Amino acid sequence: MTNTIRDITTESDVILLIGSNPEEAHPVLGMQLRQAVERGAKLIVADPRDIDLAARANIHLKLRPGTNVAFANGMMHIILAEGLEDRAFIENRTENFEALREMVKDYTPERTAAICGIDPIRLIEAARLYATAERAPILYCLGVTEHSTGTEGVMSLSNLAMLCGKLGRPGCGVNPIRGQNNVQGACDMGADPEKFPGYQKLTDPAVMEKFEKAWGKTLNHTPGIKATDCFPKMQTGEIKGLLIFGEDPVRTDPNTAHVIKSLPSLDFLVVDELFLTETAKLADVILPGRSYAEKEGTFSNTERRVQRVRKAVEIAGETRPDTWIFTEIMRRMGYAQPHLTPAQIMEEISSLTPSFGGISHARLDSEEVGGRGLQWPCPAPDHPGTPILHVGKFARGLGYFRPAAYKPSTELPDEAYPLLLMTGRILYHYNACAMTDKTEGICEIAGGSFIEMHTKDAARLHVEDGEMVAISSRRGRITAQARVSEKTREGECWMPFHYMDGANWLTIDALDSISSTPEYKVCAIRVEKLTEETKHNV
Amino acid sequence: MVQFINGTEIFTEEGTTVLKAARNAGIHIPTLCYLEGINDVASCRLCVVEAEGEDALLTACSTPVREGMEIHTDSPRVISARRAALKLILASHEANCFICPKNGDCELQAVCREYGIEPEQYGRKSAPEKTRRFHPFLTYRPELCIHCERCVSTCEKATGRKAIGRGRAGLAAIIETPFGEGWDTSLCESCGNCAQNCPTGAIIERRRTKYRAWEVTKVRTTCPHCAVGCQMNLVVKDGRVVDVEGADGPSNRGLLCVKGRSGSFDFIDSPERIRTPLIKNPETGAFEPADWDTALDLVAEKFTAIRNTYGGEALAGFACSRSTNEDIYMLQKMVRTAFNSNNTDNCARV
Ligand code: SF4
Ligand code: SF4
Ligand code: SF4
Repeated sequence: MTNTIRDITTESDVILLIGSNPEEAHPVLGMQLRQAVERGAKLIVADPRDIDLAARANIHLKLRPGTNVAFANGMMHIILAEGLEDRAFIENRTENFEALREMVKDYTPERTAAICGIDPIRLIEAARLYATAERAPILYCLGVTEHSTGTEGVMSLSNLAMLCGKLGRPGCGVNPIRGQNNVQGACDMGADPEKFPGYQKLTDPAVMEKFEKAWGKTLNHTPGIKATDCFPKMQTGEIKGLLIFGEDPVRTDPNTAHVIKSLPSLDFLVVDELFLTETAKLADVILPGRSYAEKEGTFSNTERRVQRVRKAVEIAGETRPDTWIFTEIMRRMGYAQPHLTPAQIMEEISSLTPSFGGISHARLDSEEVGGRGLQWPCPAPDHPGTPILHVGKFARGLGYFRPAAYKPSTELPDEAYPLLLMTGRILYHYNACAMTDKTEGICEIAGGSFIEMHTKDAARLHVEDGEMVAISSRRGRITAQARVSEKTREGECWMPFHYMDGANWLTIDALDSISSTPEYKVCAIRVEKLTEETKHNV
Repeated sequence: MVQFINGTEIFTEEGTTVLKAARNAGIHIPTLCYLEGINDVASCRLCVVEAEGEDALLTACSTPVREGMEIHTDSPRVISARRAALKLILASHEANCFICPKNGDCELQAVCREYGIEPEQYGRKSAPEKTRRFHPFLTYRPELCIHCERCVSTCEKATGRKAIGRGRAGLAAIIETPFGEGWDTSLCESCGNCAQNCPTGAIIERRRTKYRAWEVTKVRTTCPHCAVGCQMNLVVKDGRVVDVEGADGPSNRGLLCVKGRSGSFDFIDSPERIRTPLIKNPETGAFEPADWDTALDLVAEKFTAIRNTYGGEALAGFACSRSTNEDIYMLQKMVRTAFNSNNTDNCARV
């Protein structure tokens, strides 16, 4: 996020929420958004479903899934046509504006509305509301990124914020709400094929030299391969050995069948895990690591805020801290890594990562910080951290407009698979639910998978609310309970992705051409009523 | 503005309440119903103070300071009014502290102690009502409720669900919670913020009966579920995490959701945890327990052989975006140094 949760919820006049259902995916943020609406902030929701916040919104644009780029371009078209852009901001702080103007020219309200399946009048109202607000943040989540055009969606939203000068101020900004607790940290820490910690590119010779010197070793200079691109390479034998740390791609990757085929073709698979997950079952060796309550460390939340994790308990048995495990593997493979405490590891991180230069466990535990964490960039021990990015100046100097054209999703409904399926999170579970399904009460409330479908589609199939149905795509077939309502648009269905017998058997592994994010949000399916016979075959 | 509290000169901003002015100056005034920014119904009357020139006592939580005001927070008149207020509250409270799960953590009990009142002596006496189990996490016991309305305001203004209502039974005000029959169709999302703010044992998380305040220690940490990064305390009894409470962090301001409060500790010491290294027997396909040296040597030997035969590019290591920064840093360092590869990634995309 460019801003903080606090400023976007307490200091904003208008909030543009797109492709995000924070009440379920990020509940405490959702609570603060409800407070913002109570306080009088106006809310624009752009989402294909009637999420709860849509009922509190001033404008709800029930966008056809996968049309975010067109939506943003349409908003910008209207803003430019009505002269609502922030001229001074564009002139002083941005470049490539003409290319943007050219790109959005064709996105008239009528054309945009037709692509997105919405009312052009409401789109115009939304554009005016956003552009004329003194302070208005854009918030988005996986509903924007989990598309084959996800990166373009993000770029288009940045264009929109820059066009209206809504960056670098409290109550504004472009705010991706990261999914898992430490996605932000995982990216920051250099678990990335092309970047060292702090987004330092390994193709930059100075950066490479710095790390080679600090680590005392000549490193491989060839950028690596993204995780999602690794799976096909396992099947072709280019990747032979893999260590997976605490992930469960069998359950969380799109196109489960494909992943189950890839992992066994490895020569050697090692999994560092808490539980015998579906992925761990495929391993040659399982190494038992520790949960967050059994170790010291830090997480970085979606605000770039580095906060402490503290050890509360130890459990019986032979589990080991994960840093100890990695250190032992390094030593046994011939790299003389000394055993370090988490606090010492953070010292090494801050010595090599300029944006973490002022972050240490001692400082995070100090009275000065007072349990409020530190937001990077925090370059020096006396730097207070950076709550809001791009104040007065962008990291690269001028903000660059990167116009993007709308492209339809990879797999759209057709005759054989006439319905569109979206996937997402529900309140009670987290991703593969290896953690949440150990709580009895949670399973009692949200124990099984379901599919939301539109009343009219259900009527055509003679499916009643609560009935079990068969769902198939080109990749797999599952059953789930039908929840019939008008929450989705006609022709569209929605499923949670937490359950093992769930949606990832159906989803498609088409990847965003730039970031390799799987297209979880959109694929084509067929729903069938179970007959007496089929009931037993599933 | 200048006022005098108990004779000391104090400067405050206009519009500040007497309560806030006093607390800022480090002067203690007891409250039971007040919750900053959430509940200001001024009903418990424990915060009463005396202002010179005023006949009636004033509730500090709802009275703004005035220039030159002279306030007494602990005059005999104030103290006796507070004792009277407490006795009135206790008259409708089934005080049986000894068996109450909130014993030692109860705000009502604490104020009673401060004012030398024995809750059992003034509390209502009736046979304790049996609470039946409906809601998976929360229970409400009306006989312990002091009608402070903190829960109502919390659910309305902080959580934003409006799942708890104010009702009437005859002349008496009652609190209508969604924890009884029909809980599963209510607006409640099980966040437990109401229980956290209840000053008594009236609304509690069911698991609260399994420990007492003096048996536990608390460890401040960050929620392991989503990227909001709520701050929370793990409540530890005999080396096990038995509960979680919301802490006042910058992104959560004391609030938690159901995952943070109820879904972040049962798994820690779950019987399903893997507790020793496991090696798959290539013949049978079954996992067999191994010691660390054997398992790590095998891992190092296999990975080294692949690296030396096919090059580092044939190896990869994926990080968990739920683990700590320190873990992830070491994982990518391992891939780059020992594997001699840059095939490292995280599930940010997944
Ligand atoms: S249940 Fe607790 S918070 Fe709610 S009114 Fe009763 S005592 Fe107050
Ligand atoms: S648990 Fe949360 S949603 Fe339910 S009544 Fe309490 S505050 Fe409201
Ligand atoms: S308590 Fe809920 S909202 Fe807060 S970090 Fe945990 S999962 Fe997210």
